[in-house]
Amino acid sequence: MTELERHVYDVVVIGAGGAGLRAAIEAQAQGARTAVVCKSLLGKAHTVMAEGGIAAAMGNVYAEDSWKVHFRDTMRGGKMLNHWRMAQLHAQEAPDRVRELEDWGALFDRTPEGLISQRDFGGHRYARLAHVGDRTGLELLRTLQQRTVELGIDVYMECTVTRLLTAQDGSVSGAFGYWRESGRFIAWQAPSVVLATGGIGKSYRVTSNSWEYTGDGHSLALAAGATLVNMEFVQFHPTGMVWPPSVRGILVTESVRGDGGVLKNAAGNRFMFDYIPDYFRKETAETEEEADRWYTDKRNNRRPPELLPRDEVARAINSEVKAGRGSPHGGVLLDIATRRDADYIKKRLPSMYHQFRELAEVDITSEAMEVGPTCHYVMGGVEVDAETAAAVVPGLYAAGEVAGGMHGSNRLGGNSLSDLLVFGKRAGAAAAQRAKQVTAAALDEDAISEAAAQALAPFAREGGENPYTVQRDLQDTMNELVGIIRTHAEVQQALDRIEALKVRAKALTVEGHRQYNPGWHLALDLPHMLRVSECIARAALERQESRGGHTRDDYPGPDPEWAQINVICSQDGEGIALHRQPLPVMPDELAEIFEESS
Amino acid sequence: MTAQEAVAGRDTVLRVWRGDATGGGLQDYTVPVNEGEVVLDILHRLQATQAPDLAVRWNCKAGKCGSCSAEVNGRPRLLCLARMGTFPPGEPITITPLRAFPVLRDLVTDVSFNYVKAAQVPAFSPQARDADGNHRMQQVDVERSQEFRKCIECFLCQDVCHVVRDHEENKRAFAGPRFLMRLAELDMHPLDTVDRKVAAQEDFGLGMCNITKCCTDVCPEGIQITDNALIPMKERVVDRKYDPATWLGRTIRRRR
Repeated sequence: MTELERHVYDVVVIGAGGAGLRAAIEAQAQGARTAVVCKSLLGKAHTVMAEGGIAAAMGNVYAEDSWKVHFRDTMRGGKMLNHWRMAQLHAQEAPDRVRELEDWGALFDRTPEGLISQRDFGGHRYARLAHVGDRTGLELLRTLQQRTVELGIDVYMECTVTRLLTAQDGSVSGAFGYWRESGRFIAWQAPSVVLATGGIGKSYRVTSNSWEYTGDGHSLALAAGATLVNMEFVQFHPTGMVWPPSVRGILVTESVRGDGGVLKNAAGNRFMFDYIPDYFRKETAETEEEADRWYTDKRNNRRPPELLPRDEVARAINSEVKAGRGSPHGGVLLDIATRRDADYIKKRLPSMYHQFRELAEVDITSEAMEVGPTCHYVMGGVEVDAETAAAVVPGLYAAGEVAGGMHGSNRLGGNSLSDLLVFGKRAGAAAAQRAKQVTAAALDEDAISEAAAQALAPFAREGGENPYTVQRDLQDTMNELVGIIRTHAEVQQALDRIEALKVRAKALTVEGHRQYNPGWHLALDLPHMLRVSECIARAALERQESRGGHTRDDYPGPDPEWAQINVICSQDGEGIALHRQPLPVMPDELAEIFEESS
Repeated sequence: MTAQEAVAGRDTVLRVWRGDATGGGLQDYTVPVNEGEVVLDILHRLQATQAPDLAVRWNCKAGKCGSCSAEVNGRPRLLCLARMGTFPPGEPITITPLRAFPVLRDLVTDVSFNYVKAAQVPAFSPQARDADGNHRMQQVDVERSQEFRKCIECFLCQDVCHVVRDHEENKRAFAGPRFLMRLAELDMHPLDTVDRKVAAQEDFGLGMCNITKCCTDVCPEGIQITDNALIPMKERVVDRKYDPATWLGRTIRRRR
């Protein structure tokens, strides 16, 4: 009999970033007994790394802004592959979700009128991002954290879920995991489980994501019978640090460009003017003069090409570097020093100033930054119902990065924090609602014993490989073969390598004992990383076009037929099955928004 | 590792505390170091090569989450901001867990003290919104509390503060700089309606702070904890507690 700590809740939320905490707050507020389970300490989730702001059409800076404009920008940024209803709800509800944070203590930067200030970001028609300097994610997370504590929600910190438990009828009955500190097992019985586990970036070598981003939620959902939508779309943020090597991939906020910074190649040219796609030509400045005027007069000028959506900018940087016009360490130059005075830079971008000074010995008020693309976000995720965030498995919900559909093929900057709030709340509400109607089934004791045995297996094996080696090989595979630019041959090669890695991952050996053992923790995260990587690669092979965060060298353009298709992944034995599914159809009154503007 | 990095590599001795609540000691490891690396990189290299079960907390590796707090050559620091190039070449670098908190394993300590104190802070309690649903505040008024909200909760200030660093017995009555600053943050928050001055003194131990500024010295965010939070809070407490009118009011109320 497995030694096991057991708990019973109405709602269990896995993940304590913005989406998880917002879901927990809502569930608890609706009277559900709620628990949050997170791999790190409370308050350390990756949401703190979000810098620029929360996109919400509050109209505080430009009164012309409205949810319809935000909706349009979001859909166009995602190349129309977004779930229209999610994008609509997101645009409509984001302003209220931001205002609510103020009632919980958040302190955003202000306009002269005393309202929440809003800043420019790529792909957004108007200055729309509510922000606090360039540490908005920290403000959002701390506010939700403090609210969570005030409400007395139970938080299981440094606790990892390795399996979702389901009842005979396939619905969710709870979750199983282990305390990182002691290695002891724990299970929660609950009729509703909300996945809010973030993304998958740690499967790539160059990433802005932390160790936690191992795709747990995506993988747990698949194993429980849920589906993933459009996993081929992975966002490479155009500006990660490139030097020194130890900081490669760390995020450089888009706010640098929103606040006036420009991208230059080794010859000093603002190369983005050479990469304006027809799709965005009408709304993008053609000359440097127009682009520079836009910062102060948006009504009469068009946006600088540096503020095109992230997929466009990342591809352009990739091309410049490949063509031999890159910076000394294989990136391009991001220059705000010659364009804004030092006081302005320090005021608007304090953490960038700090980050480059501390980690790269670069003073961004007097020198250009070297930047290049870094794996940042996965648009693909658990297929959910737009209104309730419910997955196809009854009782399972997903919100935030782990959920798919909202961002289509490419996410606009600032739309992640608003996504967390809007759909975190919706998931929490629906999960609480279900808990009022349904009692959780008894936990499946056989599944628990099996999960426990599986978790301990690496200790029993001898002479196997170290998990760090397998992880590094997976990261190299994904980076080199399923990165920004993809081809059939390379993705196929990646799939072959992943098969070999799956075999190696089953023969790992872990040294030491169960108490706070990072090698063991990684050994248990690896199957998730492999499963999610396989989904990305399979979906990337399937989609024979280029769109947003999926660029196929062998199919360089978007394809109108593929514009109507979602690629759905599901678990099939040890492997992944794919099928194509038609996109939900947008109602006419929303479709008109795009006709008016194009 | 690329050829370029390998060329830049040089060996350094890292002296890492290994052990758990029952005891432990320093262990020497010789590890190659490359250009631009920080102590956390070297610990990760150790995990991947010589010590796969070495316990260390970390998340963002960019000085933004406050997870990788430890002591480097006796000084509380974030491991991700401790650049290897800043240490004297040829000398071992000693990494030990935060001293003010009980060790769990290796460099990981039990920081639950901080979460207990956080839960005791009286909740933010805002005034009503304006009729149009907005709160109006001026930038100059939000900036004071914004400085304190830069806090990444690395707990280095809690670790270095001599009130608790070697005085476990003080922990009950003293919340530490991080949470005294949180009280100041709420007290200076333009929308908050609760008075926490008496609580700061009586429940959170503000009076035990004798403004030696150790907390400010170690803050990786450069927050002026002592000058901008603790001293002004002490002044407010004095005004509140010993203002004759307030004193009279409180005394009379108590007598009832």
